[in-house]
Amino acid sequence: MKEFLMPSLGADMEDGTLVEWRKKPGDPVSRGDIIAEVDTQKGLIEIEVFEEGTIGEFLIKEGEKVPVGTPMALIKTEKAETEVEKEKQPEEKEKEPEPEVQKSSEEEPALQPTEEHIQKETPLQQPATKRIKATPLAKRIAEENKIDLSLITGTGENGAITKDDVNRAMMEKAAVKPAEKPSEELIREKTPEKAVESGEAVRLAVAAAMSKSNREIPHYYLEKKIDMSTALLWLKEVNKERAVRDRLLPAALLIKAVASALDEVPSLNATWENGLRLKNEINIGFVVSLRSGGVMVPAISNADLKSIPEIMEALNDLIPRARTMKLRSSEIGSSTITLTSLGEGGADAVFGVIYPPQVAVIGFGGITEQPWPEKGMLGLRPVITATLAGDHRANDGLTGSRFLTSLNKHLQNPEAL
Amino acid sequence: MSQSRKITYREALKEAIREELLNDERVFLMGEDVGRYGGAFAVSKGLLQEFGEERIMDVPLSESGFVGAGIGAAIAGMKPIVEVMTVNFGLLPMDQLVNTAATMLHMSGGQINVPVVVRMSCGIGKQLAAQHSHSWEPFYAHVPGLIVLSVGTHEDARWLLHTALQSPDPVVIFEYTSMLNMEGELSEDPAEVDITKAKVRREGRDISIITYGAAVYKCLEAAEDLAAQGIEAEVVDLRVLRPLDDATFIASVTKTHRALIVEDAWRSVSVSSEVSARINEKAFYELDASVQRICGAEVPIPYPLHLEDASVPQKKDIVEAVIKMIRP
Repeated sequence: MKEFLMPSLGADMEDGTLVEWRKKPGDPVSRGDIIAEVDTQKGLIEIEVFEEGTIGEFLIKEGEKVPVGTPMALIKTEKAETEVEKEKQPEEKEKEPEPEVQKSSEEEPALQPTEEHIQKETPLQQPATKRIKATPLAKRIAEENKIDLSLITGTGENGAITKDDVNRAMMEKAAVKPAEKPSEELIREKTPEKAVESGEAVRLAVAAAMSKSNREIPHYYLEKKIDMSTALLWLKEVNKERAVRDRLLPAALLIKAVASALDEVPSLNATWENGLRLKNEINIGFVVSLRSGGVMVPAISNADLKSIPEIMEALNDLIPRARTMKLRSSEIGSSTITLTSLGEGGADAVFGVIYPPQVAVIGFGGITEQPWPEKGMLGLRPVITATLAGDHRANDGLTGSRFLTSLNKHLQNPEAL
Repeated sequence: MSQSRKITYREALKEAIREELLNDERVFLMGEDVGRYGGAFAVSKGLLQEFGEERIMDVPLSESGFVGAGIGAAIAGMKPIVEVMTVNFGLLPMDQLVNTAATMLHMSGGQINVPVVVRMSCGIGKQLAAQHSHSWEPFYAHVPGLIVLSVGTHEDARWLLHTALQSPDPVVIFEYTSMLNMEGELSEDPAEVDITKAKVRREGRDISIITYGAAVYKCLEAAEDLAAQGIEAEVVDLRVLRPLDDATFIASVTKTHRALIVEDAWRSVSVSSEVSARINEKAFYELDASVQRICGAEVPIPYPLHLEDASVPQKKDIVEAVIKMIRP
């Protein structure tokens, strides 16, 4: 039996409410099947299962709200009939090993592809079965205050989590809460499962993540104006061959160009949590604004391996679902970098706030006609302003600059993308 | 405000004995060289002249014999203070103390108390080498039926004996050779010395340093150094090694969440082993770091001064251990 746990869909998610089981005990399940629908701050999320097996038993009932990491169901798997193993966190396990990973990684094939290359000598991602080292006092305080120790880095003896570490985590948690709601209990009372407008919950989630980012991450900003004439011309040519509903939008091209540039400057495709961890997969979080306010950031996974039409397909699938808050767990928690594009008619440039623990956010303003000097002549060109906000702990302006240069190069050669 | 004065540890011990001799005629002092020689460490110098041979009694070199005699006198209604010159000879009367003094109340069905007080000088002196530098408090602290006290401060040197003599049960008091010449401030007010209680010698919030005997002042000095670095250490002087007053040190650990135990005695099966075990038993969920100990090196104590210094905890070791625990 394996325990199926309430997944974490980001550092800002604390709990989720089971809205509906999509399976029943005895049903066979395989990897990728939707097992349940869970209401979170990020809306109704379809939760996928990552095991092959049969549903054994449900451990929580519909309507129940449980913290991240709580066992929700038992799944009978063939290889582990007797032992109860903690499932790994979804972000560690949801991806099938894929060829590009094998080549880039020396690790055993058993490891999940989203395992990072780690520059420091920190252990690889801790398997969920690994014991969390915390002092007895720290454990007691964490339990009393419902703090998830797995999210805390210890500073004590041999890296043990101490009272101070837990207190810090509690203060951080408290800091992102509005002042008039000092205690967790109060928050819970004020956010009964269904009563809160989903927009407000999203607003709170965005507030928490962005406050943390602004508090902890020293941002630096770069911008580069990019001549889009070649790219737009190429798009026009390609779209001539395609049916209207299959037409490619500049956004798909931009995402592909960003992915290719990241391939050349991989240190921006990373996370920073007590040290830099490069990510093997390039999963580009694409910011979708909600009409009710707030944003959702579904990931376009393995964007570097997808063709531009495939990226367009992914966008066509993801954006409407993001707007109606019908995303899946794997689409929410897995992005390795964020891209925000304002689209036509908006502001000329956007300087983003990094979504922690990522280390960069790429921004695109609208494409506007601008005077463009070239070879001693001045012409008019469609121009887009690309920006990059980088985490200065993790990388430097030179890295960011190399990325924007590479991005420009790719957008001048769209046919090669 | 009470007056205080400077006094050596030796003088404080002597004043305590003299006061008891003056106040209670059942009290007498017996031991090797306590009379004519004035005591091996001059603690009883002048007392023979003041109180005479009946009350200041030189005895033959036979620890088993004269400690047994002291036990007998106590059973017979006297209040003997028996001086065993040093703990290094303390194995010889151990049979008397463990088999007779400690068990008599039980063996007599509760009829016979043994109100004897046995004093022994203890610990490292100054280059007295392996056979005369023992810290054997743990041997005695192991025995039910004995009350085992450790005199780590001038205050206790001056005031603890009186309370010990009130005990109906046998008391073994350890005094420290290395501290005899040490001067300290002593209040003129008789201190309330409760021989069932440990004493917090310094308050602090960050760590509990639990200690006894010759290490008490070292720990207090270490705490001063640590305070300069922003670490407030609480120093708990166990004082009573049996029966251990765990309530006091558990309360301290509950406040500070960290414990370092410091003792001169050998590490294995020691007082610190017992203290550490009780903290784990009674305050596990208060601990924010594993309990640590600094103890005497498990070797015969060496003669050369620098090696002798290295064989027991010093201020520097204590400071370093605390910093390592608080800022790993």
